[in-house]
Amino acid sequence: MQNSAVFRPDLYPPRTSLRGNPKRVFIENGVHTVLAAAAGLAILVTIGIVIAIGTDAFQFFLRVPLSEFLFDTVWTPLFADKRFGIWALVSATVLTSLIALVVSLPLGLIIAIFLSEFAAPRVRDVLKPTLEVLAGIPTVVYGFFALTFITPIIQDWFLNFGIEVSTFNALSAGFVMGIMIIPLVSSLSEDALSAVPQALREGAYGLGATRFEVAWRVVVPAALSGIVASFILALSRAVGETMIVAIAAGQNPTFTFNPFVPIATMTAYIVQVSLGDTPYGSLEYFTLFAVGATLFVLTFLMNIASFWFVRRFREEYD
Amino acid sequence: MVVGQIPAQQAAEFSVDLPRRKAVGWVFIALGLLSILFALFILLLLLYDVVHRGLPYLTWEFLTGFDSRFPSRAGVLAALAGTVYMMGFTILFALPLGIMAAIYLEEYAGDSWFANAVQINISNLASVPSIIYGLLGLQVFVRVMGLNRSVLAGALTMALVILPIIIVASREALRSVPPSIRDASLALGATKWQTIRHHVLPYAVSGIMTGNILAAARAIGESAPLIAIGALTFVPFTPNSPLDLFTVLPIQIFNWTSRPQEAFHDVAAAGIIVLLVVLLILNSLAIFLRWRFRTQF
Repeated sequence: MQNSAVFRPDLYPPRTSLRGNPKRVFIENGVHTVLAAAAGLAILVTIGIVIAIGTDAFQFFLRVPLSEFLFDTVWTPLFADKRFGIWALVSATVLTSLIALVVSLPLGLIIAIFLSEFAAPRVRDVLKPTLEVLAGIPTVVYGFFALTFITPIIQDWFLNFGIEVSTFNALSAGFVMGIMIIPLVSSLSEDALSAVPQALREGAYGLGATRFEVAWRVVVPAALSGIVASFILALSRAVGETMIVAIAAGQNPTFTFNPFVPIATMTAYIVQVSLGDTPYGSLEYFTLFAVGATLFVLTFLMNIASFWFVRRFREEYD
Repeated sequence: MVVGQIPAQQAAEFSVDLPRRKAVGWVFIALGLLSILFALFILLLLLYDVVHRGLPYLTWEFLTGFDSRFPSRAGVLAALAGTVYMMGFTILFALPLGIMAAIYLEEYAGDSWFANAVQINISNLASVPSIIYGLLGLQVFVRVMGLNRSVLAGALTMALVILPIIIVASREALRSVPPSIRDASLALGATKWQTIRHHVLPYAVSGIMTGNILAAARAIGESAPLIAIGALTFVPFTPNSPLDLFTVLPIQIFNWTSRPQEAFHDVAAAGIIVLLVVLLILNSLAIFLRWRFRTQF
């Protein structure tokens, strides 16, 4: 191998070679320390999140038994008869996220394959940034769109089948969330697809495969780990999405998988409590952190799963 | 996965009917185009919905007035001022920290355990839901540091939200500067920091700025973390000091959207037009910068 273009910090002169000039040594060491400290902030933020949320989630579990939190299905901390079954919120999050994935995964993957394997470079250069616009629109705007435009259409349409759809429902919120996530799936999957070496495609063409067969039977399997990682990140995004579900899916914690009725996701519940005046130290205040901790743990596990997938199933070439 | 022999079942599936196999490809191309058109069609519907509803309310009085209980008198000024004010502080906090962290990771860190720990943390933080940052801000900035629901508390929270984005974008910009530039400077006897300061950063600055503008655009549209720290939804004044209460555009829009009167939905649409125009300006600026200062090595 020729001396490659990879930047190798370890090849640069060590800091001790400046021994002759104390002022330069001082500046060099100082800059290094300050920059390292700035980078270290990232670790501090993670620790901060764990401590800030963990302590008050702990306060919550001192007052409410973990078994009730995990096994009850009624969530009514803001009522006189308080019950703390997280499943009422988790089911809503699962429902809206699943609807979003049903929309975004197939569309995102088809678009990724199309852009990577079929579209001419010039077409791709136009379509890709245009699709990215979808990801740049603020989520509060999607929430508005879901509530004021999609929901009435859904209501009209399902009325034909005698199904009454509520103003706040999981279907509308989930659908719009799915549209929002399409660019995330399509651009991450496309990265994985275009990283597949050209030799694999040429090998398949040489054996007489058509363009679609090459894409579907050779390139997609070779890029599978990256595609699955993009799916998991899409799920993580959907689970953490807040404004769309807070606006369009309702604020009514119910354990149900009915997409036509008002529900409350974990994020929507945090919004609902934050909008009211909840005094510090009250049980309502601590529920914020119990729900926040659940949300953090769930998304954290998904991020780890996504890393693991990329590492474990990566096809190594060259 | 091991690429081995073709399983017997798949071999049996193989068909010599070439026109049919090619037709499958054409069907897929149609499907791909339809998918893209569908996504873009929804985008157009969204824009139509917003413009159609909001345009009648988008008057000079709307831009210069404060919020009101009456749809026809509601204005967006407090939210617009709050957004600008908060973003100023957010950039002030996030920009230097993000760029410094990026320089460290790209130019100094190498492959140490510390650098790896930082990298893992950053990629994890990038996918933590933004409302979680709101809970962190509520505990640390609002309560422990006693900043109340002020502009400063909001800006600090938002700075944490966009820090990972800034770091990733700045690193990419630094990586695009070829090593030969560094080698030349070092060979002439410059120290590492002198090399970075006088040779690497000037080449990377346009890329860094582009990334930062896009991060700022993300922060302007973000509302969940600010709701969690308790930013107000009804604010009839513009903030004058970093410790004042405030509201921002997306929160104001959220508030209007959740009011029961239908007319307020149209007011919300007018607010969305203002928000989208702000974002459009920022994104155009980013695209212009990228185009104007692109360097070919």
